[in-house]
Amino acid sequence: MFADYTWTELGSIFAMQGFAGLILFSVFVLMALGLAIIFGQMGVINMAHGEFMILGAYVTYLCSNFVEAFVPALFGVYFFFAMILAFFTAGALGALVEWSMIRHLYRRPLDTLLATWGLSLILQQAYRSIFGAREVGVTLPDWLLGSVPLTDIIEIPINGIFVMVLTLVIAVSVYFLMFRSRTGMQSRAVVQNRVMAGAVGINTEKVDRMTFALGCGIAGVAGSAFTMIGSTGPTAGQLYIVDTFLIVVFGGAASLLGTIASSFAISQAQSTMEFFLSGSMAKVLTLLTVVGILMLRPEGLFSAKIRR
Amino acid sequence: MLNVAHYHVAYGQSEVLHGLDFTVSPGEIIAIMGRNGMGKTTLMKSLMGIVPTSNGNAAVDGIDITTLKSYERVARGIAYVPQGRMIFPTMTVEENIETGLTISGRSKVPGDIYELFPVLLDMKSRRGGNLSGGQQQQLAIARALATNPKVLLLDEPTEGIQPSIIREMARVLKRIRDERGLSIVVSEQVLSFALDVADRVLVLENGRLVHDEPRENVDEDKVSAFLSV
Repeated sequence: MFADYTWTELGSIFAMQGFAGLILFSVFVLMALGLAIIFGQMGVINMAHGEFMILGAYVTYLCSNFVEAFVPALFGVYFFFAMILAFFTAGALGALVEWSMIRHLYRRPLDTLLATWGLSLILQQAYRSIFGAREVGVTLPDWLLGSVPLTDIIEIPINGIFVMVLTLVIAVSVYFLMFRSRTGMQSRAVVQNRVMAGAVGINTEKVDRMTFALGCGIAGVAGSAFTMIGSTGPTAGQLYIVDTFLIVVFGGAASLLGTIASSFAISQAQSTMEFFLSGSMAKVLTLLTVVGILMLRPEGLFSAKIRR
Repeated sequence: MLNVAHYHVAYGQSEVLHGLDFTVSPGEIIAIMGRNGMGKTTLMKSLMGIVPTSNGNAAVDGIDITTLKSYERVARGIAYVPQGRMIFPTMTVEENIETGLTISGRSKVPGDIYELFPVLLDMKSRRGGNLSGGQQQQLAIARALATNPKVLLLDEPTEGIQPSIIREMARVLKRIRDERGLSIVVSEQVLSFALDVADRVLVLENGRLVHDEPRENVDEDKVSAFLSV
């Protein structure tokens, strides 16, 4: 399959596909960071995570339309407001869902799968009723369009660079929030032993709600980033949820670093192989590799080294 | 300091504690003895708000706590060292102690806690799960003390700990009592440890208190008859 290309062409293909993979990687990381908190840390199988992402995408879409229609002067920077709004909207919905549904199911993790799957169907239909079944796209401000030519044949899209910087900022903030702040410490304590965390004076119900809302909020930001590389439809979240679970499990359920490493490995493998093989063949190969590695390392790539 | 009256606890339909009455004075250490399945752990858990009380009440320093949630009880001055230690395994020793600071809102671990348990200072960046059983026990006590309690509950602290550390622990518990003037409730199966540490010995048999005497008057043979299978 490589025979039809010269060496320089192959180099460029790998560079550009690698870069396309990096953009996919960014969306995966943002999706998976939220899920790593909700599934990896809290043990809730959130099948509606993709719908939280799409909520963020729709919020961005609404923002873009609103700003374009009423305050065109701010169009260049609307994206930043949209992201913040997406974070809080998805987070608020997450807190509501935690309060009404999830908190009754912490002792029955498998039931969260059914409950959140139902929620996912409800949300999909809600999007279809509100926004229509057709996919929508956002208008990007001019400075995000176009690409930077690196050499004669390698070009790098600007929105891709933007998404990557955004991912880096969010990943670093999540790390500091979870591992360097008081809130994060309390949330890790609750996740490890809910009863004991209460017995050392932590308000576990409040911490659970904040943690779940944070995970959903990050999914909302992922949706915001997603609008730059794909179009938003009611069921678009479904395409990503399986991949995201795969990433979290492959990376080692409780490790943020593992989540990032496995997003990188999976998105790069997919993206590079997709150029040479068909999309489904690339998926089959990725899945086979992941299954093989998980058989050798059932806890995922990175697992905490402690006695159990 | 701790008043427990007509205290009933049940798991669903089956009642485990059938009306306990006891008080613990400030600065007093009491030991609650009893064989497996007599209700010691249930009593501890219900005092901490983990198992609901079905009837009767408990009060700390005159304030009723019977209907409060666990974290609210911590704010009223109860601290808990559970059976099996239950430290947070993937968090560092320092973080484990810091979880106890949630109520007070302090950000630094008070120095006197490390003074009581110097080994924890040496290991403060190790993960809690990698400590030995005795070190985990010390960590669990340190974490409980970080909440600045008035009443400290310890559920079978000697379980799975080697004899030399058990003697050391009795000494530390008395030192904590002397320095901080708090009340301590220890549930125990080991009579020698109970006699070593406690001012008063209570025996729990089938969910009722059947024996309550100051240590000086304890008839060792009678208490060990309760403990033998």
